[in-house]
Amino acid sequence: MTIESRVTLLDALREHLHLTGTKKGCDHGQCGACTVHVNGVRINSCLTFAVMHQTDEITTIEGLAADGELHPLQAAFIECDAFQCGYCTPGQIMSAAALLTEPVGPRVGSDDDIREAMSGNICRCGAYPNIVAAVRSVQPRRV
Amino acid sequence: MRDFQYAIPGDVSNAIGLVSQEREAMFIAGGTGLVDLMKLEVQNPSKLVDVNRLPLADISETGNGALRIGAMARNSTVAYHPLVGERYPLLSEAILSGASAQLRNMATVGGNLMQRTRCTYFRDIHEACNKRSPGAGCAAADGFHRMHAILGSSEHCIATHPSDMCVALLCLDAVVEAQGSGLRRIPLEDFHVLPGDTPHIENVLAHDEIITAVELPRPAGKRACRYRKVRDRSSYEFALVSVAAALEISGDRIIDARVAFGGVATKPWRAYGVEKALNGARANAETYRVAADAAVEGAVPRRHNRFKLELLKRTLTRTLAELTGVER
Repeated sequence: MTIESRVTLLDALREHLHLTGTKKGCDHGQCGACTVHVNGVRINSCLTFAVMHQTDEITTIEGLAADGELHPLQAAFIECDAFQCGYCTPGQIMSAAALLTEPVGPRVGSDDDIREAMSGNICRCGAYPNIVAAVRSVQPRRV
Repeated sequence: MRDFQYAIPGDVSNAIGLVSQEREAMFIAGGTGLVDLMKLEVQNPSKLVDVNRLPLADISETGNGALRIGAMARNSTVAYHPLVGERYPLLSEAILSGASAQLRNMATVGGNLMQRTRCTYFRDIHEACNKRSPGAGCAAADGFHRMHAILGSSEHCIATHPSDMCVALLCLDAVVEAQGSGLRRIPLEDFHVLPGDTPHIENVLAHDEIITAVELPRPAGKRACRYRKVRDRSSYEFALVSVAAALEISGDRIIDARVAFGGVATKPWRAYGVEKALNGARANAETYRVAADAAVEGAVPRRHNRFKLELLKRTLTRTLAELTGVER
């Protein structure tokens, strides 16, 4: 694709590739709705330019389910009713999914650990108790 | 956002060359600060030189037992690095108290040293700000300045330096390595400068100089360390007050103390007066009262941030008491 240098990764995904699963909340790195994985690591896609990622592997919420099977965290969010309006949910799930794959990251044993590890994702509906339950149920690797 | 040119340099000297050509050109690393400020049109670079692919991310031990952290090492990589965790747990603690996991995965060590203040008047181009437009005045002085500095400020600027990482680095006597026309080493203490009447100048780097690494000297003796951060919510928030302390203790005496503050000053603040009050003194409540008074010596509080005086004293006292097992 050809793209202006000032297009953020978030806008490239949404407006140019029409992958609208990744959400724009604050657009200033304060809410986490735009969380995607770059080379297996979670980042805020609103705070980086698309041109900076020409050779990177980007995974969005659309790419999480494999072979038509929901990712365990997607299933857990449904099972635990971990959302209300759903706007922050793709970012929440991408953030939680990174806990399983990131090469370095927080130890996640207690619920407090989960809250800290997930603090970059704000939920305006306040679905936090069920989000914590969903993340807990998938048993992040680093305990 | 204003349009800009984008360049990927082949190596460090190429990167320096590309920035030196234009007065408004800038390096971009993690982008967590710069991209945000570009959206707000607070920063309007004519060209971005992307240093993300430069080989500056190594973390390795040097011959003399120091630890050299490449400027492009991500905050999360540094915080979870085994050598950092083992020898400089204070640094891990400080880094992990800042921002969010996403931001720490993006942000670099070099970028953290270069980050701009979170002063809301600096971030709003419709407000007066001497840091953004020299000579325009300071809207924060008579504005809402609850988050602002009580130490190191001037009549021209009261904006706080937002970093947690730098406060720990300062406590650990870090040295910044920078490449320009030559390579130079700058003690972190001398890297950031006070606002005075030139708050738009925040550090001693030249326009075409790039940070290549930060070096931490070998830890001198066994120290009890703690980074304590007080903020409006328990995670993902900037400090109202933070204290980094590294104490060498023998019996009931503090042999040597390193103390630095965040959230209260216009630059990462080494508390020399506090260290003087602690060095060689008995670890007890009376010593900590003297140290706490020294912490706020010369402080200039304003209407909304006066509470930081007491908060800083109490945060320091509690940190020292916990590290030495003293009842407050």
